[in-house]
Amino acid sequence: MDDTQPIIRVQHLVKKFGDVTAVDDVSFDVRRAEIFAFLGPNGAGKTTTIRMLTTLLQPTSGSLELDGLDPTARRNDVRQRIGVVFQDPSLDQDLTAWENMDIHGVLYGVPRRERHERAARLLELFELAERKGSLVKTFSGGMRRRLEIARGLLHTPRVLFLDEPTLGLDPQSRNQMWTHVQNLNQTDGVTVFLTTHYMDEADRVAHRIAVIDHGRIVAIGSPAELKSRTNSESLEQAFLALTGTAIREESVGAADRMREAGRMWRRR
Amino acid sequence: MRVVFALWMREVRKYFRSPAQMLGTLGSPVMYLGVLGFGLGPIFRRAGEGSYLQFMAPGIMCMTILFTSTFSGMALLWDRQFGFLKETLVAPVPRLTIMLGRTVGGATVALFQGLLVFLVSLIAGFRPAHVLDVPTAILVMACVALVFSAMGTIIGSSLKEMQGFQIIMNFLVMPIFFLSGALYPLRNLPVALTVLTRLDPLTYGVDALRGVLIGDAHFGVGLDILALAIAATVLLILGAYRFSKIEV
Repeated sequence: MDDTQPIIRVQHLVKKFGDVTAVDDVSFDVRRAEIFAFLGPNGAGKTTTIRMLTTLLQPTSGSLELDGLDPTARRNDVRQRIGVVFQDPSLDQDLTAWENMDIHGVLYGVPRRERHERAARLLELFELAERKGSLVKTFSGGMRRRLEIARGLLHTPRVLFLDEPTLGLDPQSRNQMWTHVQNLNQTDGVTVFLTTHYMDEADRVAHRIAVIDHGRIVAIGSPAELKSRTNSESLEQAFLALTGTAIREESVGAADRMREAGRMWRRR
Repeated sequence: MRVVFALWMREVRKYFRSPAQMLGTLGSPVMYLGVLGFGLGPIFRRAGEGSYLQFMAPGIMCMTILFTSTFSGMALLWDRQFGFLKETLVAPVPRLTIMLGRTVGGATVALFQGLLVFLVSLIAGFRPAHVLDVPTAILVMACVALVFSAMGTIIGSSLKEMQGFQIIMNFLVMPIFFLSGALYPLRNLPVALTVLTRLDPLTYGVDALRGVLIGDAHFGVGLDILALAIAATVLLILGAYRFSKIEV
């Protein structure tokens, strides 16, 4: 496989749920070994895009490629190549950390010896080795999150998907978690595709950021590029400049849509 | 195969890890055996039917298996709520393997629980006709466990939330128990009850176990096992189908 080829290639991706277009003609590439952040307000289409990339949802139209494979056609091959940490937890709380790791390894067909070696190494890396024999229900939120990420890496995936992995964590846990993810990205060269609501996190860890809003990509570039493009000092300001300040749970008014259309027009 | 084993092991491990639950679910069988067994015993004997405890003990073993296996099938709902279901469903393995591991694991746990009730009934005074019949009895219990574990999988795959639990309990599981002839002989019943009892798969489980343990089968053990096998096959196929339709 050519290393200069992007590991993820998304072209003209569309996903409709009935009349609602959740993802509207989205195209982007993710390079190998980069940390790519997907930012956007609630309901912008982040999770829908992740679900399509991780084989959980069929696109309405457009093409997807992950490590040269089509997730819609080669579902199991793609699943083998990705690690996914979902928005909501997916650990078995009545099993120990080690057992959670082990079952994952079996599910992904990792041979016994390799499974045990990697599980031990990852638990060590994510500072969970001491508690590997404890039931997950005795773990704190931060520990559970770290365990999920460690588990997602057990089968040596090429891409690690993190869907709002720091939701509900305290600043210490968030900080620690990102340190681990960055280390892993540097040492193992695993590509990381993440979504988050915390701009400071994206600013700190991401090599490149795509901002998505109303199902469309409104900007893509490095954190510095996004800031300079919008004349903003912080990524938070850049984000608000790009996506508007309207609250997303309510339906957006016509005036706001006009403003937004104007903003997009000016940028081109 | 390895996946089936790992998921089976998960169920068994959890069972042995919670002795409180193990003993807690013994509550109602003990009550049925102790209170109903000895309370209705004199009347049953006066009616010329022999020992009620002997008669009902196999029924109570089946009841325990019914409850335990249905519940472990419905633990799917629990796993859905806490997310572990997603972890298994996005793995690069066929859904059928996952469904089989879970279902057979649930059946195994139910079998253990049935054996525990078997021990309890021995203490209460139940005596099988012959010691050599016990292995056959275990086989029958395993069949019953598989049938209802598959049923639990169907229910667990079809419900979205725990809210439906009470309805299932009152309108499916309890009727299956009460219509099975676990507590009364199948002879001379009103027509409606005769028909309903024959439609209940547990009837054949209770009858087979009674046939094997105390030599008192209404239909004959062969027919019973055939009925159980058919029920298991149909429910497993349905379970696999429902399980394949779960969306995460």
